[in-house]
Amino acid sequence: MGLLWASLRRDRGGQVLLVLLLAAIILVPLLNLAVPAGAPGHLSAYTVALLGKYLCFALLAVSVDLVWGYCGILTLGHGAFFALGGYAMGMHLMRQIGDRGVYGHPVLPDFMVFLDWESLPWFWHGFDLFPFAMLMVLAAPGLLALVFGFFAFRSRVNGVYLSIITQALTFALMLAFFRNEMGFGGNNGLTDFKDLLGFDLQSEAMRVSLFVASALALALGFLASRYLTVTRFGQVLNAVRDAEGRTRFLGYRVENYQLFVWVFSAMLAGVAGALYVPQVGIINPNEFSPLNSIEMVVWVAVGGRATLYGAALGALLVNYAKTFLTSAAPEAWLFFLGGLFVVVTLFLPQGLVGLLRRSRA
Amino acid sequence: MGYKCIRVATAAVLLILLILGPAAAVERPFGEILQALPSASYEAKATLIRELAETGHPRAVPVLRALSEGDLYVRKADQRVFIVRKGEGGYDLVDPLSGEPAGQAGRRDVKRIGINNTLRNVLAAQLASLSLAAPEAAVRRAAVAQMLGELDASLAATLRARLAEEPDRGVRGMIREALALVDLQAADEATRLAAVQTLHGSLTPEARVRLMALAADPEAGEALRTQARQAVASIDRWRSFYRLMETVFFGLSAGSVLLLAAIGLAITFGVMGVINMAHGEFLMLGAYTAYVLQQLLPGQVGLAVVLAVPAAFAVTGLVGVAIERGLIRHLYGRPLETLLLTFGLSLILQQAVRTIFSPLNRSVATPAWMSGAWQINPALALTYNRLAIILFALAVFLALLALLRFTRLGLQVRAVSQDRQMAQALGVRSEWVDALTFGLGAGIAGIGGVALSQLTNVGPNLGQAYIIDSFLVVVFGGVGNLWGTLVAALTLGLANKFLEPAAGAVLAKILVLVFIILFIQRRPRGLFPQRGRAAEA
Repeated sequence: MGLLWASLRRDRGGQVLLVLLLAAIILVPLLNLAVPAGAPGHLSAYTVALLGKYLCFALLAVSVDLVWGYCGILTLGHGAFFALGGYAMGMHLMRQIGDRGVYGHPVLPDFMVFLDWESLPWFWHGFDLFPFAMLMVLAAPGLLALVFGFFAFRSRVNGVYLSIITQALTFALMLAFFRNEMGFGGNNGLTDFKDLLGFDLQSEAMRVSLFVASALALALGFLASRYLTVTRFGQVLNAVRDAEGRTRFLGYRVENYQLFVWVFSAMLAGVAGALYVPQVGIINPNEFSPLNSIEMVVWVAVGGRATLYGAALGALLVNYAKTFLTSAAPEAWLFFLGGLFVVVTLFLPQGLVGLLRRSRA
Repeated sequence: MGYKCIRVATAAVLLILLILGPAAAVERPFGEILQALPSASYEAKATLIRELAETGHPRAVPVLRALSEGDLYVRKADQRVFIVRKGEGGYDLVDPLSGEPAGQAGRRDVKRIGINNTLRNVLAAQLASLSLAAPEAAVRRAAVAQMLGELDASLAATLRARLAEEPDRGVRGMIREALALVDLQAADEATRLAAVQTLHGSLTPEARVRLMALAADPEAGEALRTQARQAVASIDRWRSFYRLMETVFFGLSAGSVLLLAAIGLAITFGVMGVINMAHGEFLMLGAYTAYVLQQLLPGQVGLAVVLAVPAAFAVTGLVGVAIERGLIRHLYGRPLETLLLTFGLSLILQQAVRTIFSPLNRSVATPAWMSGAWQINPALALTYNRLAIILFALAVFLALLALLRFTRLGLQVRAVSQDRQMAQALGVRSEWVDALTFGLGAGIAGIGGVALSQLTNVGPNLGQAYIIDSFLVVVFGGVGNLWGTLVAALTLGLANKFLEPAAGAVLAKILVLVFIILFIQRRPRGLFPQRGRAAEA
């Protein structure tokens, strides 16, 4: 713990991020609940949900930065872990609907009634219990990462090869989840959620609670990742990133270090997905699309690799730009995103954080 | 002298014709026979129909067909015969001799030339035998195929007569099959057995149906039924063999598409070590070049497609060189950054095409010589466009191989890819080689795009669909190895098509992806890994 404290004292950006999150946790509920609607400074429920969504993306970016910035694994498939966490949460929310669905079936979700299914598939059992669903939010992406990583790292698949098979992984999952037979609602995905833990998802209090939960998750995820990177374990990770072969010759089991951080990062992404789904109200197979996963990488690249807080900053900025541009000039969004990739890789290898550091030096 | 000879010969021929049967005796012109039809009795009509057929007049087939379909009428006013098409206002008349429209007539102004069932059979036989005498083997083949469904004794007699003089082996085989089908109904056991023997391995659906019926027929003898069962089994074996052939063909064509998409990537990724995520967009640019050329050359579909190949190579090659010179060369040695940069480029190119052309899919017309299919036998047909793509992909592959093997540029490309510094020391301008290599890879993708435009619609997302597959092909085959790319592309194409019937298209795709993910765990450097010093870099 002392180590974490010591590292935070040196990490100015991390301090800023934590202070901002603390401020948001206090201010956003106040501005939404205490300031009456219509008065200046009031935050609408829509804005709160939007901010909450950004925070989920920031947590996802932190998880990508952890493996890319600190361990050199350029993942093009982190969207798969995010979506699996989201589906675990979505399944819980579907079961919470109970008999209030369109078809009014007491157990089966609407899409299963529509497909004439007789009973709940085995993998849907248990999701009506909140603790079980939360366990699955961690376990589903964690297990996938464990199995995938175990084989990949043991075979010393690295560099662009690893990037390409992570992309193939999320692409295969996307195709699979599009199939109705999989039992996850096909291309419509899971939606029409009613409530969580007995509270209406549309209520202001619920929106604010989800926002606060997302902010807390981001803060905790950041602290845990920061802790991981400053321990001796984190030193070895850096060594793996910079000289994998040499680290192996020094006697470290490189694949175990990679596997641990890979699974941890997948679980963080799962949590981000689970918090994202109730705030946007839907999860569908598009979350698995390779484009989404690559977008996550650009958040990290824009903010600055291997800083963690930079990744969070990048996610917030790029997503704000996305919201703004897709409504103001839909044509321009892909030009902007593509341009970001080009500019950042050519001129800002350290991202915005690097730019700030340079201007101060 | 010569003139006299001809006259004598003509006279002799006429004499012979006069002696030979009644058909020759009434050597009347086609039109005259036709005019005799309305007033003749049914029996006389049968003779007249035979006479019409024997004139060999080019209009004999349409006229007889019209008669058998009840479309031959006589105009009451002047007793002239017409073919009638039922139009909106009344009857449209067609002159039977020229086939030209000949005005209109009211319902009551004309009278149909009646026929009975006997005449119908005579007509069917005469029509079939007329087509059977056609000069083109394909028409004769179609005529026999037409008869298979409605075989009877008179047609059988026509066929038997034709068999003796038929020059084409394929048509002879078909006639034998048709005759065997007739013989299956014969009373005599030996004839039926021989017919079953002939139908062993026959691919016409009719044969299988008849043999199945025979095998289940309690009145047929035991030996006959056993033979029929064996014949059905043999037919089924052949059919499944041809089904296999067809799947192989589809697999090879899918593999060729993959090859065209991936081979440019194999050069940039394999030879230069550059991860080009915008490669799919080069395919798309090539396809759009084909589309634009077709818009510029309306009505010249074939020419546009042929011209599109060099045009697409030039367009995408130049874009490739520009991208390499302007952007990618700043990032050599940093593969992951190159990956991100080119991904950004792919987004920009996609959006640019979407803005310029529209987000909707465009279709590129297929030239006539590439549509249709090569019907090898009733169970196997190869479509020309897929056949063309297989040949085209192989040609591109061989050309590229020759380029790398035998030209100066190829030598320099190989030198730079094996040892950049040593090549530079020996005077190779490696920067120039890099730009040309990248342009070459992009240009080949453009050519691949032209081929793709003949298979699917062209849209801004065209490249996206192929980029992951292309990467998998290159990685599966082994980086830096063109033969590996060829084997990998064809293997994946075949695997996909063989899994599809059992698992469905989507599941087949997922299985192939999972297989490759597992394969890379076993052999991280692909099927044919690069050896030597370059492999470690």
